[in-house]
Amino acid sequence: MSDAANRPPHFKQPLLTTPFHSRTRACSTVDQFVAWAGYTTVDVYTTVEQEYFAIRNACSVYDLTPMVKYRITGKDAENYLNRLVTRDVRRVKPGRVAYSVWCNDDGHLIDDGTIFRLETGEFLLCTAARQLDWLLDSAIGFDVAVEEVTESIAALSLQGPTSCAVLKALGLRGVERLRPFDIGRFVLGGADMTVSRTGFTGDLGYELWMTPADAVSVWDRLMIAGASSGIRPIGSQALDMARIEAGFIMPNIDFVPAEASVRIGRGRSPFELGLEWLVDLKKGHFNGRRALVAEQKRGAARRLVGLDIDGNKPALKALLYADKSCRREIGAISSALWSPTCKRNIALGLVDAPYFETGRQVWAEIYLCRELEWERRVARGVVVEKPFYAPARRKVTPAWDR
Amino acid sequence: MTAIASAKRYDAVVLGAGHNGLIAACYMARAGLSVLVVERNPYIGGAAVSRQLYQDFTYSNCSYVCSLLRPEIMRTLELPLHGLQIIPYEGGCTMMRDGGHLALYDNHDALRREISRHSKRDAEAYDRFARDMLRQCRFIKPLLMRTPPDPTSFKPRDLMELLYLGQRFHRMGETRMYETLRFWTMSCADFLDEYFESDIVKAHLAGSSIIGTALGPRSPGTAYVLLHHYMGDIDDAVGAWGFARGGMGAVTNALAASFQASGGEIRCNAGAERVLTSGGRAVGVALADGTEVRAATIVSGLDVKRTFLGLVDRKDLPAEFHRQVENFKIRGSSGKLNIALDAVPSFPAIPEGAPCIRGDLHITDSIAMMERAYDDWKAGIWSQAPYVDMLIPSQIDPTMAPAGKHYMSVFVQYCPYELASGSWDDGKRQAFGETVIQAISRQSPDFRKLILHAEIRTPWDIENEVGLTEGNIFQGELTMDQLLFNRPVPGYAQYRSPIRGLYMCGSSTHPGGGVMGAPGANAAREILRDLRRDDLRLDGLH
Repeated sequence: MSDAANRPPHFKQPLLTTPFHSRTRACSTVDQFVAWAGYTTVDVYTTVEQEYFAIRNACSVYDLTPMVKYRITGKDAENYLNRLVTRDVRRVKPGRVAYSVWCNDDGHLIDDGTIFRLETGEFLLCTAARQLDWLLDSAIGFDVAVEEVTESIAALSLQGPTSCAVLKALGLRGVERLRPFDIGRFVLGGADMTVSRTGFTGDLGYELWMTPADAVSVWDRLMIAGASSGIRPIGSQALDMARIEAGFIMPNIDFVPAEASVRIGRGRSPFELGLEWLVDLKKGHFNGRRALVAEQKRGAARRLVGLDIDGNKPALKALLYADKSCRREIGAISSALWSPTCKRNIALGLVDAPYFETGRQVWAEIYLCRELEWERRVARGVVVEKPFYAPARRKVTPAWDR
Repeated sequence: MTAIASAKRYDAVVLGAGHNGLIAACYMARAGLSVLVVERNPYIGGAAVSRQLYQDFTYSNCSYVCSLLRPEIMRTLELPLHGLQIIPYEGGCTMMRDGGHLALYDNHDALRREISRHSKRDAEAYDRFARDMLRQCRFIKPLLMRTPPDPTSFKPRDLMELLYLGQRFHRMGETRMYETLRFWTMSCADFLDEYFESDIVKAHLAGSSIIGTALGPRSPGTAYVLLHHYMGDIDDAVGAWGFARGGMGAVTNALAASFQASGGEIRCNAGAERVLTSGGRAVGVALADGTEVRAATIVSGLDVKRTFLGLVDRKDLPAEFHRQVENFKIRGSSGKLNIALDAVPSFPAIPEGAPCIRGDLHITDSIAMMERAYDDWKAGIWSQAPYVDMLIPSQIDPTMAPAGKHYMSVFVQYCPYELASGSWDDGKRQAFGETVIQAISRQSPDFRKLILHAEIRTPWDIENEVGLTEGNIFQGELTMDQLLFNRPVPGYAQYRSPIRGLYMCGSSTHPGGGVMGAPGANAAREILRDLRRDDLRLDGLH
């Protein structure tokens, strides 16, 4: 492709641009970019707050292209994935998506991601981190091909209450009938496009998958189709707010991928991360199963939980204590946010047993820099159920228009 | 001849003004001892030396890059105050015989895209490799500035240290314990095979496993040598290497200044001829100039062979110790070219504008080629297609060469100490240099005509000038049988020797060479302990 041939060498410009770059660059008013998985991407276009409310009030567009993608094909594709991940992949029918995690032999998370079953023997695995050597090592003995295809698929995430309306206006007939985690195929202006009802916001939303050559025209059509529905490009910061409200975890924020950790004891099991609903111990053998069976018997020593913290100051990176006097340390907060939609001061934190039980009270030590003077606050927190925000529209089919 | 006794008595005399000798001297002087450092050459530095042999060019004659020098030593001895500055360089490159290349870059994304030109899988496996190197570094690093425990001793201190070592090992967990034991004993080629499929990636990374080592990349034990080159850091960037501004002599010059600021004395042109003993105890040292210096503590920065087979009356040594020292592996395997250049040579394999030209450059593009180079050494000839570690520090350090001109340091592996055809002579030395220049010229058409001056150094030259036995840069091979409590020999890993009052502080001792300075600092700690001066706490030396 001429685009790839014309790009400056990697030692002069290490970060790639996505196929939407000409458009995302033009929409960026504050020049705030961030490196994500080898690409330069928009962190903030205009203001974080306005972008956030596009997610919860109208329709947000997020350039998802840097998400690492592996195409897995072959006779044993299903068996291979079933051996790799904690969920029962046999129950994911063609045309469906499943969120899952996968573990090393110690039962510690290597990563989380989404498995798209495009055909019986064709899957797309979307992950945060690159891990081709792990996936290839795991493929030994399976009749399966694993190929990294990140650069050959452009992707956009449309999230928010008017996202379905925008897609309908775009001309995707019947898109409203997609159920959560369904995959649909559409033709737009002669180009093929795959649409999945998935996202990272806990809201009504869709992800659009296309060839890079179609990227710009899809973006332009979307902006026209969504003009009256409040469509707005959003950067990573706004998305991060929504994902915390949805209770979703981020690698290297809420956990360190086990195979990337250097220090001892940094690995985290799905149980510890509150993801037991993804673990099917009855489906037959899978990587890390033995360790997970043992851990289930033992009971988790700590757990990533949702916290509702007093006051309105986000408890960013705060240490957690069992007592207000902060003598007994019981954990730490990994993600924190004043939620504009819930009007609550929410957080995700790893808490030791037995303090992780819902309803338990913990104390967060928060440091605030107030015009260069530091103030220490000890705020009460309560362990609560996740997600913090879960609007009914995220699940309703046919999808609502607003 | 009657020796002239030096009028002045010292508490301690250090033999050799190399970096380890000077470091031990610095710590002793700071603890209040009167210390004399004696040096055979007219200049100080040992193998960390800068010399001007041609016009205004400064050569780092022996060691040429810096990473391992312990930051706690630079800090406690105030070396920056005395002029030491370490500047990191970025990455490096291996040029391939087919015109291709593999470069390493600091930027993670640039590095991944670079490696993926050769193998997508290797690009993603690199993170796993880097992680495992970091894991091993984290295990070994705290051991560097500690005296190795004697596993056969029941002294409380040895037991505590053994416990510490055991606990650190055990805390790694079952899998990593297995991995660590394998890692310490396996070959670099086997180790890299566990991560990479591309030969060029393996060849580039394997370079560090053979530098200074009389082993090939397929010899067991070379994986550790790789780690030895990774466990340093520059300002906490683990594995980074850099230049000492003004050449490696800047390290020893700063040490000498620090030492003199603490009241220490250095005497050049005064090589030690003999360690004087009385009743199995060191009492002084006889110098080449005919003087004798009396001191109750003698600290040798020379390698273990040179110290005990050269300076000590063999009757004073236990037979077992003597035999072990004689069998200590300290084989010469490296040569060096220091070259003054009229300009930076062109390397067509390296893309225009790629920053890797300022890093370490190589021309060995496969493990097999590297192993073949080793085969030549075994046969008693220098490698016909040698592995080179080539840098042009003057691109970064403006003090090394006149503006527009450049200094190139070319480290060459392998080159025997004794040739199958007999001893080295001028003709053979020139022929060795010609082999290296020809090998580089294959990747650089204008290289030869840019050469203004070249200093060619064989292991024999290095032994004769610096004093390192066989010219071995580590003062002894870094293999498991000669590491930790077995370095230099079992039972004498705690810097003491069979002769009371005679200590070792060179790289023959734990944790080995590479301009790390840890042996010198560790030796000083043991000496001060024996002298009951360890109440004087040396910050950063725990």
